[in-house]
Amino acid sequence: MLELKGLYKTFNAGTVNEKRAIDGLDLTLNNGDFVTVIGGNGAGKSTTLNLIAGVYPADAGLIRLNGFNLTNLPEHKRAKYLGRVFQDPMMGTAATMGIEENLALAYRRGKRRGLGGGISSEERKLYREKLATLGLGLEDRMTSKVGLLSGGQRQALTLLMATLQKPDLLLLDEHTAALDPKTADKVLQLTEEIVTRDQLTTLMVTHNMRHAIQYGNRLIMMQAGRVVVDIQGEEKKNLKVRDLLEKFNIDNDRMLLSE
Amino acid sequence: MEISNLLNALPGAVSQGLIWGIMAIGVFITFKVLDIADLTVDGSIATGGAACIMLLRADLPVWVALAGALIAGLGAGLITGLLHTFMGIPALLAGILTQFSLWSINLQILGGSNQSISVDRYPLLVSSRYITNAIWIVAIFVVVIIAIAYWFFGTSLGCAIRATGANPHMSRAQGINIDFTKVLGLMLSNGLVALSGGLLSQYQGFADIKMGIGSIVIGLAAVIIGEVIFSRIFHNFALRLLAVVFGAIIYYVVLQVIFWFGIDSDYLKLLTAVIVAIFLAIPYWKSKYFNKPSKKGVSKNA
Repeated sequence: MLELKGLYKTFNAGTVNEKRAIDGLDLTLNNGDFVTVIGGNGAGKSTTLNLIAGVYPADAGLIRLNGFNLTNLPEHKRAKYLGRVFQDPMMGTAATMGIEENLALAYRRGKRRGLGGGISSEERKLYREKLATLGLGLEDRMTSKVGLLSGGQRQALTLLMATLQKPDLLLLDEHTAALDPKTADKVLQLTEEIVTRDQLTTLMVTHNMRHAIQYGNRLIMMQAGRVVVDIQGEEKKNLKVRDLLEKFNIDNDRMLLSE
Repeated sequence: MEISNLLNALPGAVSQGLIWGIMAIGVFITFKVLDIADLTVDGSIATGGAACIMLLRADLPVWVALAGALIAGLGAGLITGLLHTFMGIPALLAGILTQFSLWSINLQILGGSNQSISVDRYPLLVSSRYITNAIWIVAIFVVVIIAIAYWFFGTSLGCAIRATGANPHMSRAQGINIDFTKVLGLMLSNGLVALSGGLLSQYQGFADIKMGIGSIVIGLAAVIIGEVIFSRIFHNFALRLLAVVFGAIIYYVVLQVIFWFGIDSDYLKLLTAVIVAIFLAIPYWKSKYFNKPSKKGVSKNA
């Protein structure tokens, strides 16, 4: 269970560019929740994910995951509990290292990195099986440098890396926004397969309302650093884009984007 | 311009190139693996040389003296690493600060601006008087160092250091403490540089406060020459390290050829800078002017 209580974050405090990004955010996720997050630019979606991941500290508030207080932990220590996929496909993988080397780095997330040997043959077998589930043919190119892969392939690989060690919470920060529509659908499909299979608690930020409705069991909308809409259960299942638009006076995706 | 003069000078160039090759492996670790331009090396190579000579003059065995040089280098790297990670100083500036302060420390170690050591009175491992011998011994050093580096950068910890240089963002997300890996990388790099300084001071028979000036440029020259010439055939990590050592040897051989043409050695630094600049430019020019679209792409567009 993820608990966010009274979170505050202000950027550039005390300057003309002061911006309160998160303003008293409260949010609780139950284990196994797959929550989609929508909201305009500057609503605080990415900031929320970054606060949970520890990219920067919160000004005030509490972040607790399965009863464990993460609030003051540095980013690399929180990584033990979190799987993350970023918007930029270049950000989640090391381009100059091989596919299996990237997977090995992810496989050791949360473990001590000592002078133990490299990739064992059992490990390689596991990677091969996992890569095969992506259906991209990467299992036959395990030693290829990741820099040779397309954006979609890199994003699929990052997703696999984020979930190779089962995370307590999966953070997806607009992870399909930089991909073409067809590839985006493919990566989202993979996301749903993995999340359902491993019953992962997931927060997925998206700018696409159709995706926000189609995926997950719960939808939240953020505005000015708070949750303003929270739809789950049956209501979420029957939700249509039109309902969202009417209910919340959103004209279309564009308005959501330009808000 | 006797060709025999050049041939006579070549073994000396090779032995010097091998010693500097160890130093260049250190530069490779920061410049290529960690993606940091570390200027500490100008100071730490002299620290290694000074520590080695003074320990030898205190009648300690040569292995202890070389270990002392290595440890001094690890310490120098630690300081730069802490300046960078703990105090948040940009890596380039952190290296310059350490290098600057090492000048005073090196003067203290040497008790003056230079100290000599005679191969007749001390059990030196390498000396320019016995060049063939020196080549063999340093070659063994190189092989052992490459073997250890190859093993280390394949371990979980070594991979974490490589990942830190390749993508710090991803490294943190995968739970790597990149402050720690950066410090460790800087320590290993400067340790090797100081070890090379220890060998160099024995080889030339003295340690001098000025022996490190500009060494970063020579190290970079070796790394870049090695990469430009061998990158097409050497892909394996161990071979890439070997390419760096070859790069150092090529650098010294080229210098010998230039001197053989009768160019004044006062131009040494200018020539070195020109060589480095040209070799740095080659990959850039290649990608900018000679990156022809593949035939596949052309036929598709046609």
